[in-house]
Amino acid sequence: MALLDVQNLGISFGGLRAVDDFHLQVKKGQLYGLIGPNGAGKTTVFNLLTGVYKPSEGIIRLDGEDITGRSNIEINKAGIARTFQNIRLFKDQTVLDNVKIGLHNRFHYNTFEGIFRLPRYRKIEKKMEEKAMELLEVFELEKEKDYLASNLPYGKQRKLEIARALATDPKLLLLDEPAAGMNPNETHELMETIRFIREKFDMTILLIEHDMKLVSGICEELTVLNFGSILCQGETEKVLQNPEVIKAYLGE
Amino acid sequence: MKKLRLSRQGRSDLITYGIILLLCLILFLIGQSSYQLQGLLVPVCAQIMLAVSLNLTVGILGELSLGHAGFMCIGTFMGASFSIYMEQFIPIPALRFFLALLIGALSAGIMGFLIGLPVLRLKGDYLAIVTLAFGEIIKNLINMVYLGYDSSGLHFSMNDTASLGLAEDGVVIIKGPQGVTGTPTDSNFGIGILLVLLTVFIVLNLVHSRDGRAIMAIRDNEIAAESVGIHITKYKLMAFTISAALAGLAGSFYAHNYNNIKASTNNFGYNMSIMILVFVVLGGIGSIRGSVIAATILYMLPEVLRFMSQYRMLVYAIVLIVMMLFTWSPKAQAWKAVQLAKCRKRLRPLTDRFRKKSSGHMTGEGE
Ligand SMILES: Nc1ncnc2c1ncn2[C@@H]1O[C@H](COP(=O)(O)OP(=O)(O)O)[C@@H](O)[C@H]1O
Ligand SMILES: [Mg+2]
Repeated sequence: MALLDVQNLGISFGGLRAVDDFHLQVKKGQLYGLIGPNGAGKTTVFNLLTGVYKPSEGIIRLDGEDITGRSNIEINKAGIARTFQNIRLFKDQTVLDNVKIGLHNRFHYNTFEGIFRLPRYRKIEKKMEEKAMELLEVFELEKEKDYLASNLPYGKQRKLEIARALATDPKLLLLDEPAAGMNPNETHELMETIRFIREKFDMTILLIEHDMKLVSGICEELTVLNFGSILCQGETEKVLQNPEVIKAYLGE
Repeated sequence: MKKLRLSRQGRSDLITYGIILLLCLILFLIGQSSYQLQGLLVPVCAQIMLAVSLNLTVGILGELSLGHAGFMCIGTFMGASFSIYMEQFIPIPALRFFLALLIGALSAGIMGFLIGLPVLRLKGDYLAIVTLAFGEIIKNLINMVYLGYDSSGLHFSMNDTASLGLAEDGVVIIKGPQGVTGTPTDSNFGIGILLVLLTVFIVLNLVHSRDGRAIMAIRDNEIAAESVGIHITKYKLMAFTISAALAGLAGSFYAHNYNNIKASTNNFGYNMSIMILVFVVLGGIGSIRGSVIAATILYMLPEVLRFMSQYRMLVYAIVLIVMMLFTWSPKAQAWKAVQLAKCRKRLRPLTDRFRKKSSGHMTGEGE
């Protein structure tokens, strides 16, 4: 059974049919790519999957559980975490605190214990700190832990966003153009990191990407979107050789 | 590595507490110089508490509130009424005053919760509009309230004293526009210092806790906060309620400095709310330390400068501008960062020793 099972998903904005009859099966542990030209509706699919938008029709199942129409908070609790195409970090907080905020729902003490620094506050904060540092180390951000997130260079901001998403302990990780704005070196490094995450956290990853080298390098399967509809779906190599895809993608 | 950060935060807080104590010492000395200035010591503590608590809403949560004086007003009248009525039942002044402070905080906190509940669900600057209206409504409502008690209990009316229908032995507590009369004057500067420290302690520790991080996450990016499972309304309400409750605490404390208080425009109206906001903005949005300093200087200055007679407001205006530059110009910020780092460094041996002691104590290792 697929970890993520999407059937007949659709949404309209006014007269614009942004996503139409979208379906997708992502198996556990898979690295899956969602590609397509600008404005094809890829980010909209992510927004539908994470509950930012409510679909007009369709069903989304995560691990067999129907999560259609739930709020983005509930969907995060159900096990989907994401990053954003235009990075959304907590800019005025430290790198470490950004990850700790990702850990928010996994560690609990109440407001009173927090304000008066009771033993449980100390104990839980210590655990959060350790967990957060563990994640920062995966992304080699431990040296910058006290920096404000907005002071990080671009590539590291993207990594921090992934670390924060992973902190929520998701079953499925959605990455929206993680390599956007990176140079080839950084992109290559990011590819390694994504592979590493999958191994280390046994993670299932669905990613949107424009960089064909990255996509063909790490994705096992692809779905190509064009004008809100699926153009082609299947194994990466086959999809990339499909003449229609080449035409739509390279704009010939 | 890990400890370094904790202590870094701790050192910064320690500096804040140090600055507060230093300011209090200066205030105390200023207070010795004249009777007028002495009279400002309690109100200035209330102002500091108001500025710090408003900073929780404006700087930490990132929502604009234009009715902070309204919450203070609730605390003032609830606290004062409680004390007057309870004077017969609770003979121990300290206990009664403590309860009055609690009542002030609680009632303002509940009000903050009730206002925040519908408004904070909305995205946008609705809180500013609603709190602006709330501040004015509360002030006007209190000017219409008549409250008294006699042997048969409390009496309440919205018309006049006569319609309270008090018995011979009756006492009027709140008399419409003439305000509340007969409050025991339990407040003093010492208690003021303690309450300022308590307010700062609560706000700073909240900021450094799990809840505080969630509140600041919402301020920085709501969509991202939701994407990691943070309930926006819950934490907005939490911050706003605590902020209102602390304003109520300040209000009740303020009330017990005067035998009689009226809900006038200058005391509790729009002017006052804006004044508190000015403290917060000039002290630096989000900077607790800044709020303390700005509230102290700007509240005391007109009185301290009284000897300059007609030049007083001119100097006041210049101070406002200088403070704004000092808070917001990049050069001044860089300078402050350097000074702070120096200060922290000097404090390091001290905190290290303290930490060693306390951690040794916890693990039972000792030295
Ligand atoms: N909230 C919205 N309101 C109106 N139109 C939207 C909204 N979000 C996306 N769209 C439209 O949907 C289409 C797909 O956008 P998007 O999913 O961002 O494309 P991309 O594949 O580049 O990520 C675009 O035409 C965009 O303008
Ligand atoms: Mg997009």
